[in-house]
Amino acid sequence: MFLIILKSKSPFAKSIITRTCTKPGRWYSTTGNKHYDIIIAGGGMIGTTLACTLGKNPLLQNKRILLLEAGKEKAWALPDKYTNRVVSINPGTHKLLNSINAWKHIENNRFAIVKRLQVWDAVSDASITFGDQTSPEDVSYIVENDLLIAAVNNELKQLDNVKVQYSAKVTDYHLPEYHESSSSVRLDDGNTYSCELLLGCDGVNSQVRKAMKVNYLTWNYDQMGVVATLNLSELTDSLSSLVWSTTPDHAKELLKMTEDQFVDAVNNAIWKNYGRSLVVDQATKTFDTLLRLMNCPSDTVRQFPPKIAKIEEGSRAAFPLGFGHAVNYIGKGVVLVGDAAHRIHPLAGQGVNLGFGDITCLNRVLGNTVHSGSKLDNLSYLKEYETERQRHNIPTMLAVEGLHRLYNSDFTPLVLLRSLGLQATHALSPLKNAIIHQAAT
Amino acid sequence: MLKPFCSRLLKIRSLASVTAGTIDNQEVQHFEKFLAEWWDEFGPMKPLHSMNKLRVPLIRNGLLNAAAVNSEEMKNPLVLKGISLLDVGCGGGILAEPLVRLGGNVTGIDANSNTIDLAKSHAKINKLEINYIASSIEDHASNHTDSYDAVIASEILEHVSKKEQFLEACIKCLKPQGSLFITTINKTFLANFLGIVMGENILNLLPKGTHQYEKFIQPVKLQRILEDNNCRTELIHGMFYNIFTNTWHWCTDTSVNYALHAIKLKKP
Ligand SMILES: Cc1cc2nc3c(=O)[nH]c(=O)nc-3n(C[C@H](O)[C@H](O)[C@H](O)COP(=O)(O)OP(=O)(O)OC[C@H]3O[C@@H](n4cnc5c(N)ncnc54)[C@H](O)[C@@H]3O)c2cc1C
Repeated sequence: MFLIILKSKSPFAKSIITRTCTKPGRWYSTTGNKHYDIIIAGGGMIGTTLACTLGKNPLLQNKRILLLEAGKEKAWALPDKYTNRVVSINPGTHKLLNSINAWKHIENNRFAIVKRLQVWDAVSDASITFGDQTSPEDVSYIVENDLLIAAVNNELKQLDNVKVQYSAKVTDYHLPEYHESSSSVRLDDGNTYSCELLLGCDGVNSQVRKAMKVNYLTWNYDQMGVVATLNLSELTDSLSSLVWSTTPDHAKELLKMTEDQFVDAVNNAIWKNYGRSLVVDQATKTFDTLLRLMNCPSDTVRQFPPKIAKIEEGSRAAFPLGFGHAVNYIGKGVVLVGDAAHRIHPLAGQGVNLGFGDITCLNRVLGNTVHSGSKLDNLSYLKEYETERQRHNIPTMLAVEGLHRLYNSDFTPLVLLRSLGLQATHALSPLKNAIIHQAAT
Repeated sequence: MLKPFCSRLLKIRSLASVTAGTIDNQEVQHFEKFLAEWWDEFGPMKPLHSMNKLRVPLIRNGLLNAAAVNSEEMKNPLVLKGISLLDVGCGGGILAEPLVRLGGNVTGIDANSNTIDLAKSHAKINKLEINYIASSIEDHASNHTDSYDAVIASEILEHVSKKEQFLEACIKCLKPQGSLFITTINKTFLANFLGIVMGENILNLLPKGTHQYEKFIQPVKLQRILEDNNCRTELIHGMFYNIFTNTWHWCTDTSVNYALHAIKLKKP
């Protein structure tokens, strides 16, 4: 179970972001002009932010960008209640959103500062806590997915060099062969567009990735992530966001329960020490002594888990969880960004931050490419993006994967490892700092 | 470094008939194949493609430091707008094209008319305006005195016998205060070993006879010639080529490949 304690800020702010129709830019009035410098396939959090970031890069000001999103254009208004789809924004992502001016729209609405990020192990009494409450630097911010997209869209619609097309589902991708120099896409309405560089931001089941025929390492956990927004009893304005990974059957049960029953189930899971055995206890104690001998600060004061008072109405949902890694992020005339390139367990809440890190890097690399007079699809520049991002993403993915494996076995020796592992991370603060540092970049 | 190799490839087939409009399918196919190979980032010309990562910023920043480019323009994609550049020994245009994309007004000359045809057709495909001329630098200089903001002689000097004459002609084309950019190979044991013994005889990266050791030139010798022609050397950087990753790096060691930026002084 994964629980984020957050303190909400300006929870019901008055100002509302509204969206008007994207105004057509000066190039697009001419019919038949269907070539773009860059086409971005998929307008989720990553595709939308990428379009806005590239559109605002002064070195790319002469480039024409098209963003294609299968979904309908939605008018957005701040809902009364926190929605259950939220992401934690790390300092790197915060900086990116600030640089494109989107953060101010989020600030004017609502977000939460995460003071503490705690993970409870339901099997033993070990817990892991990130973030020092006395430190002025916040570990991360919690923002609703829809608010984030609306905030970025607010900036995006002011850009003349980016055209956004909704209800535009791509049915076919054609990537350039050896002698060709452009990629093309066909939409379900029959229209085709070509471009120098195609950016695949079309999520976990990326069709762009399939067209690249790149090796993709993937597995399903046979688990569902049950998400919900909860109210804590200790602090009245304290909301918390829950991701509970569990079996598909149990997830179904959790969704069917009444809201009161669900609150009981969460409290039970946090407080009840099922599966606790003598072996685990003994090993934990031994490990504690070992830490003291090594002069490591021992973790004697344990955080008591909070009591959940109620659940925000209608905030429950379940999603399948999986792992995925594209061996290559780039190909001739094409780049993968965000979940299309990598997918991790939401355990540490880092999924989308990896994607935002991709955006920062790709924006810099494409700027350098243009600044050296090279074409956007120059592979030796794009390779820099792939190398830099894989060097960061792969260790993060493996660390989260390791954490997940630690949590997900009821087999005693593994349970035991889990308790020891967690306690070690808690006590050895340099290691914990290293994890936070890795998560922040 | 590879220019003579490819020129030789091209000489095997006379391309004049293609450009003259004679319809000969086989010739056209060969021409397209050469065009594709020349422009393949990972083809036989790959060291020249990857060298752009060093030499384009060298030229861009060199012109900025020499105040030919306004520093406020640095964030502008057309940073070389209004600057006239002459690429001497332009080959198929691997360096000329990025300079045009940066807004530069580029003239490319090459003594080999076949490569000029190749360069022209590639620029046309890419819708780039480049003034390509089949000419020697000496001929070009005779009617282009004090004409260019920058003259570039990249990977050509090591194939020239009469260096003084060649450089004199390059400098003649430059406006006073204009910038001369050169990349070439040093005359050292190491350059001889890596370039000729390893490159041509052992690894067969280049055809035998591509380079002749006598034609390599030491940076001090080059500087001396430039000084004699009223030019001040601004910088000399070593360049290192990693053949396994096909990447170039700047380094302090100038014993193999090096780059030089000099400025033509006002008339004394
Ligand atoms: C249960 C759960 C909890 C999570 N919690 C967190 C968290 O706390 N923190 C965190 O950082 N991350 C979290 N994540 C991960 C996060 O949601 C993803 O990393 C993020 O949404 C990826 O964004 P994206 O834009 O790359 O992909 P997506 O959001 O999947 O967007 C892809 C877009 O492409 C469009 N598209 C797809 N195909 C086509 C097509 N053919 N033509 C046109 N458009 C197309 C889709 O309509 C969609 O809008 C969680 C994920 C899950 C499942």
